[in-house]
Amino acid sequence: MKARLTLVLGGLAVAIAQMSCAQDEQMLLPKTVEAGSAFSIQSTGSGKATLYIVGLGQVLKRDVQLGETAFFPAESLISAGHYLVVLAGTSSTQNGSFDVLPTGKPANLSFLAKPSRLPVGLRGGITGAVYVFDDYRNLIAAPAQVSFELSNPTGPVQKRLVMTRNGAAWTVMDSTAQQGIDKFVARVDDVYSTRVVAQVPGDPCGLKMNAQQSGQQVRLVTDPVRDCSGNAIPDGTVVTFTEKYNGVQSTVDEPLKNGIAEVEMSAHTGATFSVASGIVMGNQIRWEK
Amino acid sequence: MLKSLLILATFIAASSVVAPAQASVRVESANLQGPRSLPEETGRAAIRDYLQSWQSLSAAFDQNRASLLDPEFVGIARDKLTETIQQQTALGIRTHYTDSAHDIQIVFFSPEGLSIELLDTVEYDVQVIDRNRVKTTQHVRAKYLIIVTPAELRWRVRVFQAEPE
Repeated sequence: MKARLTLVLGGLAVAIAQMSCAQDEQMLLPKTVEAGSAFSIQSTGSGKATLYIVGLGQVLKRDVQLGETAFFPAESLISAGHYLVVLAGTSSTQNGSFDVLPTGKPANLSFLAKPSRLPVGLRGGITGAVYVFDDYRNLIAAPAQVSFELSNPTGPVQKRLVMTRNGAAWTVMDSTAQQGIDKFVARVDDVYSTRVVAQVPGDPCGLKMNAQQSGQQVRLVTDPVRDCSGNAIPDGTVVTFTEKYNGVQSTVDEPLKNGIAEVEMSAHTGATFSVASGIVMGNQIRWEK
Repeated sequence: MLKSLLILATFIAASSVVAPAQASVRVESANLQGPRSLPEETGRAAIRDYLQSWQSLSAAFDQNRASLLDPEFVGIARDKLTETIQQQTALGIRTHYTDSAHDIQIVFFSPEGLSIELLDTVEYDVQVIDRNRVKTTQHVRAKYLIIVTPAELRWRVRVFQAEPE
């Protein structure tokens, strides 16, 4: 009985001694490290140990001498995240952790602009969203000011300043009145990303045709087809001519050529001709000759 | 929306009976920035797919098989996780991640609908195994910033990064 009690007390004493030893052996860790920066970890005690730095973004392992400082040169840890530090010696293991933070300097913008092509004069028609990354592809969550600029060669520049939240910023822009190729630029400090947005004419506006006799036919010719801002509707856009006579309807689709569409249809006195393009209706003409 | 997302959390907790990890999931009401409202179904799908990605991550890091990441991760996240697994392999290390709790909030739905950003305060255990010897097991609580983007059939994790709480 006495021998067993001695054994238990002896074991307890060893355990307490190990615990106090473990408490004495403390690592000095940085709380945070900027990605790509040099850092060091200082240990206490004596003997050899293995140092592990473990995260989802990187893993390091190094043999160290307890009581010395382990230096990690620049770019040892470049991936932002939470890292565990394990110092495994022969008799004890010490644990700790620290965070690797993105560098404060933006280096890359992930810029999504939509759409790449849209009609002129559309309010809120263009959207842009940006995520800001550092040189090591870490998302910079700290607020940064993003400048969005939409410009075309002739019109005024639209500009918005937006602060990022959790690394993201967005904006909405109007398409301008003039057709053409616009540059949509997102900029943070001296880093920028450019997208091209093609602004095309809108729907035809004030579609009008004229009719004249052409032998036994009627020749129907539109005026130059334009949108409401005066931009020419592109060649190839289909214009539909319709003739109604005695309950019979005839339709001809004609693409725009050189900005106009023309067609010849049967000349029936009392016939009605109409013109349309897509959902836009033009004028009607009643043929009386 | 919160109600249905909490139902999702219950569903995930219930379905985890057959899964290796039994993470509890809490979904906070969305605190969205962006001009678009987030359809309820879309939010549910993004969170469901993100939570599944932890299963892939755990298996990939435990087995040092980066290919297990492919269905759930893409872009930067996949590149970085793959590199880490390669480092583990080279060093003879394995890590076992077991997520136990998630507290998720959707914070951004991009205007064109092609990305969703989540914040997740995750609790998980990490076991570090060096040449089949467990070196430590630690409980971690960390805030993660996640960006998911749509693929053919699911949302995939494109950015996966821990931030200081």
